[in-house]
Amino acid sequence: MTSPSVELREVVKRHGSTVAVDHLSLSIRRGEFFSLLGPSGSGKTTTLRLIAGFEHPDQGDILIDGRSIAGDPPNLRPVNLVFQQYALFPHLTVSGNVAFGLEMRGIARTEIRSRVGEALDMAQLAGKGDRLPAQLSGGEQQRVALARALVNRPAVLLLDEPLGALDQQLRQEMQVELKAIQEQVGVTFICVTHHQEEALTMADRVAVMDHGRILQIGAPQELYEAPASLFVAGFVGLSNRLDGRLAEVEGTRGRIEAPELPAIQADVPAGTARGSAVVLVIRPERLHLSPQAAVGGFDNVMPARVAKTVYNGHEMQYQLRVADRLLWTVRVPNADGGQKRFRPGEAAVVCWNRGESVVLTQ
Amino acid sequence: MRGKSEGWLLAASLGNLLFLYLPIAVLIAYSFNAAKLAATWQGFSLDWYRLLTQDHALAAALRNSLLIATVSTAIAVLLGVGAAIGLERLPWRRRAWLDGAFLLPLVMPEIVMGVSLLLLFVLFSMPLGLPTVMVGHAAFNVPVVMVLVRTRLRKLDPHLEEAARDLGATPWQALRRVTLPLLQPAIVGAALLAFTVSFDDFVVTFFTAGPGATTLPLKVYSMIKTGISPEINALSTLLVLASMGLVALSLVVQRVYEK
Amino acid sequence: MNSSQSRTDARQAAWLLTPSLVWMGLFFVLPLLIVLLISFASRGTYGGVEWIFTLANYRDLADPLYLWIYLRSVALALATTGLCLCLGFPLAYYIARAPARRQGIWLMLVLIPFWTNFLVRTYAWMNVLRVDGLLNALLTNAGLTSRPIEILYTDTAVLIGLVYGYLPFMVLPLYAAIERIDRSLIESARDLYAPGRAVFTRVIVPLAKPGIMAGCLLVFIPSLGAYITPDMLGGARSMMIGNFIQHEYLVVRDWPLGSAASLVLMAMVLAGSWWYQRAGGVRPL
Repeated sequence: MTSPSVELREVVKRHGSTVAVDHLSLSIRRGEFFSLLGPSGSGKTTTLRLIAGFEHPDQGDILIDGRSIAGDPPNLRPVNLVFQQYALFPHLTVSGNVAFGLEMRGIARTEIRSRVGEALDMAQLAGKGDRLPAQLSGGEQQRVALARALVNRPAVLLLDEPLGALDQQLRQEMQVELKAIQEQVGVTFICVTHHQEEALTMADRVAVMDHGRILQIGAPQELYEAPASLFVAGFVGLSNRLDGRLAEVEGTRGRIEAPELPAIQADVPAGTARGSAVVLVIRPERLHLSPQAAVGGFDNVMPARVAKTVYNGHEMQYQLRVADRLLWTVRVPNADGGQKRFRPGEAAVVCWNRGESVVLTQ
Repeated sequence: MRGKSEGWLLAASLGNLLFLYLPIAVLIAYSFNAAKLAATWQGFSLDWYRLLTQDHALAAALRNSLLIATVSTAIAVLLGVGAAIGLERLPWRRRAWLDGAFLLPLVMPEIVMGVSLLLLFVLFSMPLGLPTVMVGHAAFNVPVVMVLVRTRLRKLDPHLEEAARDLGATPWQALRRVTLPLLQPAIVGAALLAFTVSFDDFVVTFFTAGPGATTLPLKVYSMIKTGISPEINALSTLLVLASMGLVALSLVVQRVYEK
Repeated sequence: MNSSQSRTDARQAAWLLTPSLVWMGLFFVLPLLIVLLISFASRGTYGGVEWIFTLANYRDLADPLYLWIYLRSVALALATTGLCLCLGFPLAYYIARAPARRQGIWLMLVLIPFWTNFLVRTYAWMNVLRVDGLLNALLTNAGLTSRPIEILYTDTAVLIGLVYGYLPFMVLPLYAAIERIDRSLIESARDLYAPGRAVFTRVIVPLAKPGIMAGCLLVFIPSLGAYITPDMLGGARSMMIGNFIQHEYLVVRDWPLGSAASLVLMAMVLAGSWWYQRAGGVRPL
């Protein structure tokens, strides 16, 4: 069993009286694209800085390839960091920036030249070696920051909100490019972000953090389709919510009752006690919206009135008042031309099957 | 802005400028005045300038001033840059009172600094001469350099040094390869300012200079005290032109760095 | 966990900071301590110091003769500050409201005299103010006086010299503060029916307050400790604290009294700075 690439064991870090990282334990595999996802203040950036060496843990240990590095200064760790605002040296050229780490380690000049050339090619910056950072676009600067880090062949590459400063179009392009680079180079990537679609797109595994703790780790699909807590359900993707009580349960088939609503059929986690308070969570794209007419084949059917419609190009988003009580969102792709489009004020029914929802206990 | 008050403002501003430049203009005019002392114009003459070039004591004083300014500026820059960077690295709490301590010399009246240095040298039986002047000049220029460099240091991206450390640089390598090059414009500007302050200084020099350590300002002072002579006008004009030249130089340097 | 990184950082900071601290300690703090010490000693028979502890020096300073010197200095410094404020405010305001390109030129024009040697600038006024100088020549030619006016070697000359020397110190911080005032605040005051004078007193002056305070501090403190200006432009009748100290040290050779006088001046300067900070002043640097 190969040792994990990066391991954190019960790491605690305090900033004054607040606990930024609270007994965090994490194990990241070699060659993995790992993402730390969470809102600001969740401790994800602090965790990254702990691994990079700019902060030292108050308790716990940090290991890379099985070796403890918690006491090492940043220049002695086999780790490199791509800063959020790139931190390119303004007084050095692109080549100068990329060569910096190699020069610090005393590598021969001829080797530096060839490795810098390679790195620039890989980052699609060939021919721009003599430019100064100020003369580059945002996307180009980001690629220089990446090349500058990767040229040192670190065991682990850390990225702090790498796509935050880019515009929408560029961001989507870079998401694909980053993933491709990582697969090509084979280095472990740890990426910190608060954009859940970034994490879902690029990462092999995602850890959702809040208040210094990890709430759930798993593949993007797992987090999206089987969130383990309300926070994860709400943070990763949009979700609709319904609070109720588990009236009846048989194995994993349950029936939930909520005031002024018809009884709801749902799959519940095994072992959920009858009578416990539960929260039902369902994704907007899992709900089916039909004009008011009898619809068959669905476990759950509820009356609704369309409150607002939002045109999103590829889909319609409807905000509904369900059973005159809940405010839910439904997403319907604009695929077929002949699809029914609803207007504000129209009555409709919203339906779904028991397997399409997730039930969480408080 | 209503026209009347706008005109009044312009008049006041021009009046201020007139106030600032009139004495200097008069000085320059008189330096070319053939008359020895009268306020009336009696023809153009370069006699007074010619007299200056024959004054050997003056040439010696100029040499001393340049030497003192160069050495004391070098010391002040070395100490001041170190102080600026060192202070910024300190944790906030310990920094506060050191901050104030460094600014104290800037607030202290020059006369107090002059006499206190004199007492120091006398009490420790150090003969007054060029070194004692250099020491005093370096002392009051350290805060000047420190403040200028620190202002620029604070505007630097703090992540740049972290990036250097992340890429394998020790703290000293990061200082040499990243921080100092980025501080270069501020250091040059501070050096120019310190040089000028040292060259122009009178009060502290007056108390710490011994025989043979006469500087240009000291010479000018003794000439004035001896009696008003037109050579002083010529000398003063040259000094004014030299200052303007220095201002122009520092502007050019700034412009070059901003490119 | 040990923080070896912060230790090397702290070590580097210490290496960088220590030389300057040593230098300042030796050539700034130590001399001041010596002055403090000597202010409590007695004057030797031929000048110099006799190490007999006494408070006589400070008591002597309370003599009306000496007290008058301190009062005159404070009065002159206050007058200088007031005049600089009155003269400098219109100029600073004008520059701050000028188009950006011209602002640079105006500022340079204000700075050039400031870069000139202080001795030379003060001497320039000697030329103008003396009995056979420019001012009297102009006044006589214009028929305003029959006899030349003696301005040189009076308090008036000192005041003119001080204002002249420190005017840029008032104009620059004022300019910086006024320039920072958001245009839209002035416009909204106008929109709310304020006449010109009210806009000035109720909006501009309060908002320029940090600049006013900084300028006053930067003028008052050097004026208080002035030496060159009263020495060259004032006479024996216009002695300020600076001249008094020099007189005691180099002429009368009463070092203890001179030291006591220096310390009182320092105390006044520090009191002024402390009051300034308490009144909410921001350090101009």
